[in-house]
Amino acid sequence: MLLKSQNISVVRKKKEILKNINLEIDYNDFVTIIGPNGAGKSMLLKCLLGFFKPDNGLIVSSPDLRVSYVPQDFMAEKSIPITAFDFIRLNKNVGKQEIDKISSEFSVKDLLNKQISHLSGGELQKILIVRSLIQNPNLLVLDEPTQNLDVSAQLIFYRFLNQIFLERDISILMVSHDLHMVMSSTKKVVCLSNHICCSGEPLAITKDPEFISLFGHDFANMMSVYKHDYTHQHNGDSND
Amino acid sequence: MIDSYILNALYAGICVSIIGGGLGCFIVWKKMAYFGDSLSHSSLLGIALGIALGINTTIGTFVICSVFAMLLIYLQNKRILSNDTLLGILAHSSLSIGIVSISLLKEKVNLDSYLFGDILTVTSEELIWFIFATLSVLTVLYSIWNKLVLITIDANIARAEKVNTNLIQAAFLALLIIFVATCVKIVGILLITSMLIIPAASAKQLSKSPFQMAFFSSLIGVLSVISGVLASILLDTPTGPTIIMVLVIIFIIIFPISKLIKI
Repeated sequence: MLLKSQNISVVRKKKEILKNINLEIDYNDFVTIIGPNGAGKSMLLKCLLGFFKPDNGLIVSSPDLRVSYVPQDFMAEKSIPITAFDFIRLNKNVGKQEIDKISSEFSVKDLLNKQISHLSGGELQKILIVRSLIQNPNLLVLDEPTQNLDVSAQLIFYRFLNQIFLERDISILMVSHDLHMVMSSTKKVVCLSNHICCSGEPLAITKDPEFISLFGHDFANMMSVYKHDYTHQHNGDSND
Repeated sequence: MIDSYILNALYAGICVSIIGGGLGCFIVWKKMAYFGDSLSHSSLLGIALGIALGINTTIGTFVICSVFAMLLIYLQNKRILSNDTLLGILAHSSLSIGIVSISLLKEKVNLDSYLFGDILTVTSEELIWFIFATLSVLTVLYSIWNKLVLITIDANIARAEKVNTNLIQAAFLALLIIFVATCVKIVGILLITSMLIIPAASAKQLSKSPFQMAFFSSLIGVLSVISGVLASILLDTPTGPTIIMVLVIIFIIIFPISKLIKI
């Protein structure tokens, strides 16, 4: 176990934003939190990251937990002159070689000398991830990472994320709206609507009545289809 | 031979502009110009307190500014009023309370010297304090530099990576208060913020990294103080405003140059 919440609850203005949440993230885990607006997704992340103390319950983390975080809506402040290279090494004094190596790996090397305020949304997102990986985390936390990206950039981004998950000894915890895109990589989906409605493997939860009532039949079907195609292509067995 | 009072003024001015260069960048980045203004306006009350209690006015300023900063942050977090309304109310109420309290004091005080600075009367003892303050502020600022830049870019990233954001922000605030307390003597309460913002805004046009911006910003501050002090003596104009005028001229000159060399 890397990080877990034990029965946490958060009450705001007499409304229960989070209700008895039990969530566990293991080593080499990939957990995606989904849910409608106002479901408490960001609040749950804040509690897990220790930014916010829940009114009830506990956050337990393993002593070797090293978190790196990619925030929602990151905007590079224009008045700060800083290159991607300098930004990457702000909190950890790593050598040029190491940065070059990882940047080539994720093909962002030509971005290193650019000012971060001049990068596009997709480029910035990649630099943020490279920056996170330089910290050598064992848990990468992403809060709606593709919010400002167009569809093709989203696809590239998820491929990029999948590569990280497969090639590195790392866990990923993500809040996302694009579940149909992460289906192929995420191990576990947690469907949140102030309480955990359902959680489990992506395919299983699309059949969960609570999930269907929350997101509608169309969405659930769309995801099942996607999952079906995927397994069919790669495993060669029909998995209905 | 330059008179010693001019030398004292120059040294004191150089000290203040070096600190102002580094701190000013963060004021620009964090969009805290109005915050800095409110803080410096509150310092007048500190001066009144210092005179009334017969203690050093710099210490009085430091105490009042600290209390004021805490009150400001507390009220900002309450979110009862929008930030700029709150700052506007606090800045001007504290300035008025300061002026009224000074006028109620039995001792006669030259208000102008506090409002617009009095750099030519810096004593040797004060100069030692300036140098000490500069060295301490620079040391602390240097040691928290990278983390403070990260917090400024995104506080949550820093927090997730176990940076003690509260401690570092508090340290920054303390440095800013020390700056305000020392700078009153140089350019006066009404112009302190310009010593923070104009050099940084000019340096921004020339810089590619945060550290470079701080360096250029300090350099521009130092140049303006030296030329401002000398110009004010030659032209017989008030020194504080003359320094700020030089800063503005540098800012105006740098702007088109930076566009030409395309930084």
